[in-house]
Amino acid sequence: MMYLLESLRIALRGLSANKLRSALTMLGIIIGVAAVITLLSVGQGVQTLVTSSLESIGTNLLFVFPGNIQSMGAGARFTTAAYLTMRDADAIRSEVPNITAVAPSLQGTVDVEYGKTTIRTTLIGATPEYGPVRNYQPADGTFLTPEHQATGARVAVLGWRLASKLFPPEVYPIGQTIKINRIPFRVIGVLKEKGGGSFGSQDDVVMVPLSVAQQRLYPNRRSPAGEPLISVIDVQVDSQKHMDTVAASITDVLRQLHRLKPEDDNDFTVISQADLINIFGQITGVLTLFLGAIAGISLLVGGIGIMNIMLVSVTERTREIGIRKAVGAKRRDILLQFLIEALVLSLIGGAFGIMLGIAGALAVDRLSADLTTVITPQAILLATGFSAAVGLFFGIYPASRAARLNPIEALRYE
Amino acid sequence: MEARDDHVLIDVRNVVKIYRMGEVEVPALRGVSLQIHRGELLSIMGPSGSGKSTLMNILGCLDQPTAGEYYLDGVNVGQLDDNALAVIRNRRIGFVFQNFNLLPRTTALQNVELPLIYAGLGLRERRERAIAALEAVGLGDRIHHRPTELSGGQQQRVAIARALVTHPSIILADEPTGNLDTKSGKEIVAIFQRLNRQEGITVVFVTHDPDVAACTRRIIRLRDGLVESDEPREADCVYLEPEEAGALGFST
Repeated sequence: MMYLLESLRIALRGLSANKLRSALTMLGIIIGVAAVITLLSVGQGVQTLVTSSLESIGTNLLFVFPGNIQSMGAGARFTTAAYLTMRDADAIRSEVPNITAVAPSLQGTVDVEYGKTTIRTTLIGATPEYGPVRNYQPADGTFLTPEHQATGARVAVLGWRLASKLFPPEVYPIGQTIKINRIPFRVIGVLKEKGGGSFGSQDDVVMVPLSVAQQRLYPNRRSPAGEPLISVIDVQVDSQKHMDTVAASITDVLRQLHRLKPEDDNDFTVISQADLINIFGQITGVLTLFLGAIAGISLLVGGIGIMNIMLVSVTERTREIGIRKAVGAKRRDILLQFLIEALVLSLIGGAFGIMLGIAGALAVDRLSADLTTVITPQAILLATGFSAAVGLFFGIYPASRAARLNPIEALRYE
Repeated sequence: MEARDDHVLIDVRNVVKIYRMGEVEVPALRGVSLQIHRGELLSIMGPSGSGKSTLMNILGCLDQPTAGEYYLDGVNVGQLDDNALAVIRNRRIGFVFQNFNLLPRTTALQNVELPLIYAGLGLRERRERAIAALEAVGLGDRIHHRPTELSGGQQQRVAIARALVTHPSIILADEPTGNLDTKSGKEIVAIFQRLNRQEGITVVFVTHDPDVAACTRRIIRLRDGLVESDEPREADCVYLEPEEAGALGFST
């Protein structure tokens, strides 16, 4: 303990004797640690954002997609064509128990035009159920109604952000006529802002009745039998505990409808919101790790800077080492002195880096409207531990070189 | 005046030291034997290349003999490892070098405390002993000066205080006056003489300066790695420090 305190005092004295050099050496660690903390907290923020966006879609949702997501990567062959039609949606609605709503929809990308403004955005052909299922509520006007769907009315509901981009402030959107892919539509509603950020483009969408989307906008999206296609079927389950059984019965119903043999893979995918959150969590987790690894490289470079300076310092102070040995310093004492110097450099650098990293994370938070960066204690712990490890690792070689010096030669060193 | 007693402090028996320079073996010491008793003040002399620096390094436990035995206070030092040698240097040996070898950017006090740090002493005891040692060499008023703020003679006094502070068995002084003007050199020799006379500290000068050697009561001459002559004698001169001289009624 005594030795440690003394070594610490000696190390601090040594470092303060060369303030500029010590500061520059620390800078490497400071930048590295700050980068680790900022990037990890941004990654964490993205993860939180994605999760909350997915949660804001609605509750107790299952999504049915055409094609088999799991076997797609493995070059799967589909025994039947992978598509979903209204017949699938109707079958689920009539045959699967414990569901509260089924909302088939068709997605595409369209040009929306008003006056001289044209915006390319996402179109959703939706049924009236889509609103409540996905938590879309009109801020102004109304959502799509069963009549619109039945009569094929050319009406549109706009996400609030799209509306604000499309119309000048003095124009009241409801009742205006816009053109979607050059076909005129009447605006009947503007949606409320979706909670939980704007992941995807939930506030930039334009929605029209599914029947209109299928017949007027995408007349060519048809199955071989000529039925209009749909992109996804949202199924709302009455309670969380029925999610698995409902998913299983949807699978049964669709397999039967698609006439799949027992040995065939599914030609559709039933996935729950929780699964989606998991999948995106994995993706953003990898992203965070990747960002952290890049930041880690700069920390490594900082560590090499420490080693470099420590080697210079050992050479420069050869005579000092000789003097210390002559008056009775053991190898361990010299080793400890230089190791502690390296550690102090990296830990003080780490402390400043943590502050800078937190400041960086807060700055990102300020600058971006949607992203809330999350500074986790783990990130700080990781950065601290890593900088200590860097100090130890890159300090040990110069320190042991100092400790091994021959006192006679060290004393003679000019 | 005779502080010497019969206790044999240093017993060097047939010590050989051979340096290896690549393929060539260079013998620096070729069988040196000598004894030094407690309380002696002596000089080791010799031209450069005579092996006197090598002998000092071995006496100071900075180096190990290739062959032969070296007993320091009855302990066979030739058998010890690095750490044990460091402890011996710390407890039993004080070094004074020609170029002072003080730590730069460090006060006189901190320089003198250095050996006590490695001896594991506490802060307060260290401070007390370091101040006492600095007072013993007449630098009680300069303890917070850095080496660059001190004259050569004062720096050498700090070095002597550092050598003294652990109460070593022996002080080895390698050309202690080599970097000093004549007056400061005499003052430094006077300090050694007083320490030897009053405290009974054993002092070995390693020097080629006959004036310094003349102030000791024994001169060992080395030549080509062997002891050429080793004779006790009367010291030609006794330098007194001003205070001491004043007390005795002399003027310097």
